[in-house]
Amino acid sequence: MNKKTRNLISIRDITRKDLEEMLALGQRIMECPGEYKDVCRGKKLATLFFESSTRTRLSFEAAMIELGGNVLGFSSADSSSAAKGESVSDTVRTVSFYADIIAMRHPKEGAPKAACTRTEVPVINAGDGGHFHPTQTLTDLLTIKTEKGRLGSMVIGLCGDLCFGRTVHSLIEAMSEYPGNEFILISPEELRAPDYIRMILDKSGCSWREVRKMEEVMEDLDVLYMTRVQRERFFNEEDYARLKDTYILDAEKLIPAKPDLCIMHPLPRVNEISVVVDDDPRACYFRQALCGKYIRMALIMTLLGLEKEMRR
Amino acid sequence: MNVDGIKKGIVLDHIKAGRGMDIYRLLHLEKMKCSVAIVQNARSTKYGRKDIIKIDEMITLDMDMLGYIDPNITINIVENGKLHEKKNLELPEKLTNVIRCHNPRCITSTEQEIKHTFLLADRENRIYRCIYCDVAHKEQMVYY
Repeated sequence: MNKKTRNLISIRDITRKDLEEMLALGQRIMECPGEYKDVCRGKKLATLFFESSTRTRLSFEAAMIELGGNVLGFSSADSSSAAKGESVSDTVRTVSFYADIIAMRHPKEGAPKAACTRTEVPVINAGDGGHFHPTQTLTDLLTIKTEKGRLGSMVIGLCGDLCFGRTVHSLIEAMSEYPGNEFILISPEELRAPDYIRMILDKSGCSWREVRKMEEVMEDLDVLYMTRVQRERFFNEEDYARLKDTYILDAEKLIPAKPDLCIMHPLPRVNEISVVVDDDPRACYFRQALCGKYIRMALIMTLLGLEKEMRR
Repeated sequence: MNVDGIKKGIVLDHIKAGRGMDIYRLLHLEKMKCSVAIVQNARSTKYGRKDIIKIDEMITLDMDMLGYIDPNITINIVENGKLHEKKNLELPEKLTNVIRCHNPRCITSTEQEIKHTFLLADRENRIYRCIYCDVAHKEQMVYY
């Protein structure tokens, strides 16, 4: 991440070296969480969630609490001064006096980037519209590393809403850095990955292709990353209704899949993964949610410069 | 038609024919108290036809905006009636408040104080991307 300002706005802010150090720290915390219970004693995390969330906000809060710190904030724009028309900049400037680190989710793309220009306090992008969600990417990377033992030389299928699915964009960007990865983008025409993501893939030199049906590629995959078609990203309800159930992963579709396939989903899931798949040992999505807490602990420590304290 | 030479000022030469008035407006030259001349469709050995703007005073030019509108413009600085310096433009790496992000999902669509900032992503195809939402801006629309 940007060492000078110590923000995490995009996964691009993290160098490969920093990323690997953070993943390693996440794994160490996962193994011995008790050793980190006082690392953030006296520190405060502000969770500014202008858009609702369950996992991201609670995992941030759980992460800070498990590090011995405290949490303050709000969980929707309605319960903040944004409802009175306050700008993001003013909110962040104010909160900077009350907290040591900020995690922000906002429906507008680029809001956390705009926020970090107004404060010296580290800002973490906890999701900005359909744009980026770097802490989900860190979660995904820790999950893949834990489940598969590596981050390269894999065939990764990404399925569903690849247009507005911010988790997918950041994951592609991060995984395209690792040699030997091949990407298969599975989406309806209307929800194809945006041009800049396809450009990133072209530049990376990774092999990639687009398909419309998951059945075509199931047997090739090492990782299958399912996404939800998100109602909140559509301006038109009819389009949402038409596209929402395009892909439903069930036991039958998994028959040709590899025995060590890693099935991931950023959650919340609606219909895109049948509940019968939950009992399949290849279903990693709930373990993925747990990884989210550990990697956020590692991230908070890193942005506050406390990972070095631990080394001493 | 006679347009007097200038003693101290700026001549914008090699403006693409037809863009002279756009640049006049973008530089807010209508607010200037000094003499400003626009020559439209002048003959040019390089481009066939061109527009020229002569400003009879030294002013600070928005080079990024000019470079974005037309990187072929030549800026001639005149002092004591003689050419003192010639500057060539190029497509700028960064644009601030020159073009506007039209993505309704971008934070710039609701927060008025944020400067519309773009970085050049593809020089060959003149593609700029908003630093906030990454959406590409291809057409030559100007924010003013």
